[in-house]
Amino acid sequence: MSVATIPKECTAANEGAKPLVRVNNLTVRFITRDRTIDAVNGVSFTVDAGEVLCILGESGSGKSVTLRAMMRLLPPHLTKISGEITVDDEDILSLGAPALSDLRGGEVAMIFQEPMTSFDPVFTIGNQIIETVKRHDGLSESDARKRALELLEMVQIPSPARRLDNYPHEMSGGMRQRAMIALALSCRPRLLLADEPTTALDATVQIQILQLLHRLQRELGMAVLFVTHDVGVAVEISDRIAVMYAGRFVETGPVRAVIREPQHPYTQGLLASTVNGAMRGKRLEAIPGSPVNLAALPPGCAFAPRCRHAEPACAVPPPETWIEPTRMVRCIRATPK
Amino acid sequence: MWFFIVRRVLYAVPILLGVSMVVFVLMKMVPGDAADIMIPPEAPKEVADMIRARFGLDQPAHIQYLRWLQAMASGDLGTSIFTNQPVAEELFGALANTMKIALPAVFLGFSLGVLLGALAAYYNGSWLDKLFSGVAIAGVSLPHYWVGMVLVAIFAVSLNILPGQGMGPEGFPTTWEHIQHLILPVVTLSLIPMGVISRLVRANVLEIRSMEFVSALQAKGLRGPRVLLHIMKNAAPSALALMGLQFGYLLGGSILVETVFNWPGSGSLLNLAIFRRDIPVLSATILVLATIFVVINILVDVLQALIDPRIRR
Repeated sequence: MSVATIPKECTAANEGAKPLVRVNNLTVRFITRDRTIDAVNGVSFTVDAGEVLCILGESGSGKSVTLRAMMRLLPPHLTKISGEITVDDEDILSLGAPALSDLRGGEVAMIFQEPMTSFDPVFTIGNQIIETVKRHDGLSESDARKRALELLEMVQIPSPARRLDNYPHEMSGGMRQRAMIALALSCRPRLLLADEPTTALDATVQIQILQLLHRLQRELGMAVLFVTHDVGVAVEISDRIAVMYAGRFVETGPVRAVIREPQHPYTQGLLASTVNGAMRGKRLEAIPGSPVNLAALPPGCAFAPRCRHAEPACAVPPPETWIEPTRMVRCIRATPK
Repeated sequence: MWFFIVRRVLYAVPILLGVSMVVFVLMKMVPGDAADIMIPPEAPKEVADMIRARFGLDQPAHIQYLRWLQAMASGDLGTSIFTNQPVAEELFGALANTMKIALPAVFLGFSLGVLLGALAAYYNGSWLDKLFSGVAIAGVSLPHYWVGMVLVAIFAVSLNILPGQGMGPEGFPTTWEHIQHLILPVVTLSLIPMGVISRLVRANVLEIRSMEFVSALQAKGLRGPRVLLHIMKNAAPSALALMGLQFGYLLGGSILVETVFNWPGSGSLLNLAIFRRDIPVLSATILVLATIFVVINILVDVLQALIDPRIRR
């Protein structure tokens, strides 16, 4: 296990109350010739060092866009990002290109949804890890190769030395995702961005990858920003959950509280439409209607058109209501306890 | 990998057999055979029959085909019925001449095509993209014999800085005088490969750049040149395939361009053989060119498989 080779000072960042990540009023707009899409509309959150925050939402809710904005991976000529993103006191949105590329893959790393398409098909897995290590740590080719081997061992890929020379298409989906995790962790990031890393995998492999991620997260003390549409996955891995709808957080709080007592009608709908063992024989409840069109957001609560509790007051934007010091609900029906 | 190469080479056998059959049948379909050209119409029938028998033209078609194929396969390309010279001599002389312009032309066309295509894609939508796309489209669509004539008119006639005709002195091109003679035909011939390759590379690079793995490369902090290397390696196989095809076409020689520059290459040879109804020269030339074409494409396939391992399967 090569976790031991990772310097302690990187993992022991939990001192003080200062959060590692601070996002303030983030908005992301995609501007094309014929329309403007309001993908993210004023999202604020913090992530402490070593904490796992899960952004839960349907496709099109803006969760992946939020994640990509954290690394400025969105196409710059089509995207307008405003607000404030700081990671370890560095202002991401004002970084110059060299500083940004130093940060990417170094202090902040990312895992993608589809491990098949997120590796370059014409380079070996080993090469793709080695080039990253060389880029950030300036190691020699042979040292970088040794490191790549350790990393493959760390993510428990069998016969790692042989796997280094494999091309992505020669591996199974689960193996590729392990390699992707190894790549992401290669330079000991303090923040890991995970964009639905288990969605493209078989259910059994999903669990293994989740457990691996969870273990590595604890061992390395990384902060993780995890995006998923799967409530089960969110419960498995996160400390806190933020439920996202139409580019806004509609409910945030500690995992258990949100799952046991969902306050926002959307969260309630999301949980009710999830399969779990206790519901045998019951009819699955789906949220009526379809997700909002982000090119034409309603002026008030974006969920109101699908909400069974909707009333005339929902036509104005609902304020954030902090029902507990750690729990926010963006609904007019929410009241502080 | 070796298995892949062997398989590719074996595939070539039926292709070449097919080509030889098509060539033979075409030659047979032309009204009149070689004997009709050699024998004056007033010659007695016995003499004509004797000559036919001597060349085996009295045999049934499939026997003639097998004999011809056997001769070709053993390296005997036959004798020209017009000059009475061995076909091999004329053919390889002409091919060597064509090679002198086709090789540099394909090299120039490929390098420029890749460069312009990649730049156009990188600056997609800018004036640079429009300029390079315009150059590429002009390269493909202008008739290249016309471009050749215009180049001759400008550089040979008006400016008088480059020769417009012929190959210069005999022998392998080494001196400046040789190279001077190469410039105009090479530039003319490189236009089409340059155009088609740059269009393909532009489209490919645009497509590859929008793929997820490019975001992943950026997400791990790679700098621009390194990301470009990844993109170009992904774009290389299809560009190489197109280059192989273009090189094959160039080896066939462009009758028009060779005429404009008075260049005695394979295009001129084919042209001459057609006019003279010199069937041995014609059929051997076509078969040899087809063989070279197939060999080039095997080489390109192997090269592609070396770059992209997914092709090996």
